[in-house]
Amino acid sequence: MSEDTIATDNPLNASQESALAAIVGAMIPASEEYAVPSAADPIIFADILTLVKRHPEPVVEGLAALDDIAESRHGGPFSALGDEDKAAAIAAFSQSGNQHLRAIVSMTAQCYYRDDRVMASLGMEPRPPFPKGFEVEQGDLSLLDPVRARGRIWREA
Amino acid sequence: MAEQPVDVLIIGAGASGAAVAWSLADTRMHIVCLEQGDWMNPAEYPSSGRDWESRAFGDMAISPNRRGRPTDYPVNDSNSPIAVANFNAVGGSTILYAGHFPRFHPSDFRVASLDGVGDDWPLDYETLEPFYAEDDRMTGVSGLSGDPAYPAKQSVLPPVPLGKSGDTLARGFNDLGWHWWPSDTAVATAAHDGRDQCINLGACTSGCAQGAKASTDITYWPHAMRAGVEVRTRCRVREISVNDDGMASGVWYYDADGEERFQAAEVVVMACNGVGTPRILLNSTSEQFPDGLANSSGLVGKNLMFHPYASIQGIFDEELDGFRGPGVCIWSKEFYETDESRGFVRGFTYEINRGRGPVATAMTGMMSGRIPWGAEHHRAYRDLFCRITGMVAICEDLPEEHNRVTLDPELSDIHGIPAPKIDYTLSENSRRMLDFAVERASEVLRAAGATDIISESPIAAGGWHLMGTARMGKDPARSVVNEWGRSHDVKNLFIVDGSIFVTSAGVNPTRTIQALALYIADQIKKRLANLFD
Ligand SMILES: Cc1cc2nc3c(=O)[nH]c(=O)nc-3n(C[C@H](O)[C@H](O)[C@H](O)COP(=O)(O)OP(=O)(O)OC[C@H]3O[C@@H](n4cnc5c(N)ncnc54)[C@H](O)[C@@H]3O)c2cc1C
Repeated sequence: MSEDTIATDNPLNASQESALAAIVGAMIPASEEYAVPSAADPIIFADILTLVKRHPEPVVEGLAALDDIAESRHGGPFSALGDEDKAAAIAAFSQSGNQHLRAIVSMTAQCYYRDDRVMASLGMEPRPPFPKGFEVEQGDLSLLDPVRARGRIWREA
Repeated sequence: MAEQPVDVLIIGAGASGAAVAWSLADTRMHIVCLEQGDWMNPAEYPSSGRDWESRAFGDMAISPNRRGRPTDYPVNDSNSPIAVANFNAVGGSTILYAGHFPRFHPSDFRVASLDGVGDDWPLDYETLEPFYAEDDRMTGVSGLSGDPAYPAKQSVLPPVPLGKSGDTLARGFNDLGWHWWPSDTAVATAAHDGRDQCINLGACTSGCAQGAKASTDITYWPHAMRAGVEVRTRCRVREISVNDDGMASGVWYYDADGEERFQAAEVVVMACNGVGTPRILLNSTSEQFPDGLANSSGLVGKNLMFHPYASIQGIFDEELDGFRGPGVCIWSKEFYETDESRGFVRGFTYEINRGRGPVATAMTGMMSGRIPWGAEHHRAYRDLFCRITGMVAICEDLPEEHNRVTLDPELSDIHGIPAPKIDYTLSENSRRMLDFAVERASEVLRAAGATDIISESPIAAGGWHLMGTARMGKDPARSVVNEWGRSHDVKNLFIVDGSIFVTSAGVNPTRTIQALALYIADQIKKRLANLFD
């Protein structure tokens, strides 16, 4: 029962999942220079899939648009293309202005930029804001001197 | 099922419902507030979790349509360039508000006399001043006294820190000789009335886990309840009923189990905000009031004002506050008053909104094409991370009857109550003001050192100020409530939320909404002996 539930809960089939992994990996690849994984890293991608389960429609639609591009430019569905054609199809999709791109970008960004390794690379502590909070400088209130010197600006009514 | 009659029934436990309940509590009347939402648990707010930015796209989204909690009602805003934002809970939309807390300016109450547009308010700044001050104490307003853009007013707590962002932009304003001042905010910078001080979590618009932001569930409500006011949550009002004398007799509502109930009341106070209040009034039809309750003027739902917003952000070379600190910081009133040489009437406030978190940075960068896909992503991202700061321009929206809330003929909430439908267009005056605001803000950002500018105008998701749909006034043909909030048509029906605004001013509305709610409560208390005359 539980296996069935998990299987039917997943809005993406295996080839859609692998197409999505290819998209997010192309969007944010790993970098040695910055010591960060790619967005297709197993931990981050699992996180992305959890979000996709909550809002599958735009992703499924976006993947269908990717298939359309693959079909029209390379003569077959995305899953059947070779690596070079896949990369070209993803590049065309990323430039397509497709209305569902935003959702895919958003879900990828949401999961990538909360990964411990990525936060560490940005100099952030891997923790939520609460309860420790953050320091913010008080700033220099003497900057107000010219504003005070100019005097009242409110309008009599 | 019917309940024992109560003296005062308040609908809605948000900014205004809380203030009016607290003030009326000293009468010792039997006061009940029906609220469709829940009590929130601050420990569960997003900033306690690693997914804090993500939840702003989900269960803590500002759009009720996106959030889709069972406590929300849908809003059809497809015919508006600006989408409605709200929150439905004890505390209402203050659960999510940013905490910008400006007062109106004296001129805002007299726009017809001064500038020949809109209408004058039936009251003035001086009349509201003591109620502003009372609201400031209850809220714990942080700010710096002496702002030359206002008549003298005291702050309760010190101002929020300028931070690197405020400091940088203040220098830009000074370079151009333009006004700026630390903002008045509803964010406590020191412990106040049982609340703790701000620790710069930076996620104010998803609820404040620290309790430093003055949402009314933690300001007015605890006091009102200690004084005997009862709040019933998960109670959604469908309509107000009337008796043969044309007086409100009580309300029909659905309780937490979905049971239909009737609550009889001597006085009904609407506090459902500028969209929720006209929705319920329009849904309260009867033989005596076929066009909806309190609607003999035909103005219920009309004159909806949002405040068109522009967002203008600069990209800087040096690191700024980024994800740290409240979104409130400094403001500028340089372009607040009318100067017709600018090509529009009335004006706007700039509010500097500090920075953004790591996810929002990626979204901004990728959607604006500044962060490419592929190997270059990381370098381009780091060029933006903690390097964006800027401002929003809050433009005065003038009342126009064709901007309105009606009942949607098809869409309804889970109880079958018709959803509100919004029809709204940006006026030519607003468009010009927005364009001007973007240009001037770009100048100040460049003067402060910005190397690039990103702007959005109007902010499509920015319908967070809901005003004007049951305006106040002395003339029953031109207004829905009188100068102290009582319906012209139904003498035991009061409205205290943003619906009663005559004009919108160029500032965030909540401090004025609450000052008005306190003023109306005071008028009710003073007139108890002959309230219905
Ligand atoms: C994201 C965001 C940011 C904001 N930032 C600022 C800011 O910085 N400064 C500022 O001044 N303002 C800000 N606002 C606006 C501010 O929150 C509102 O002006 C203020 O809360 C309005 O007060 P109100 O009492 O009119 O309505 P609300 O606070 O919205 O309260 C209305 C209440 O009525 C309840 N209700 C509605 N219909 C029914 C019904 N049929 N039955 C029972 N209950 C009902 C709702 O559930 C809700 O709790 C912001 C709002 C949002 C959403």
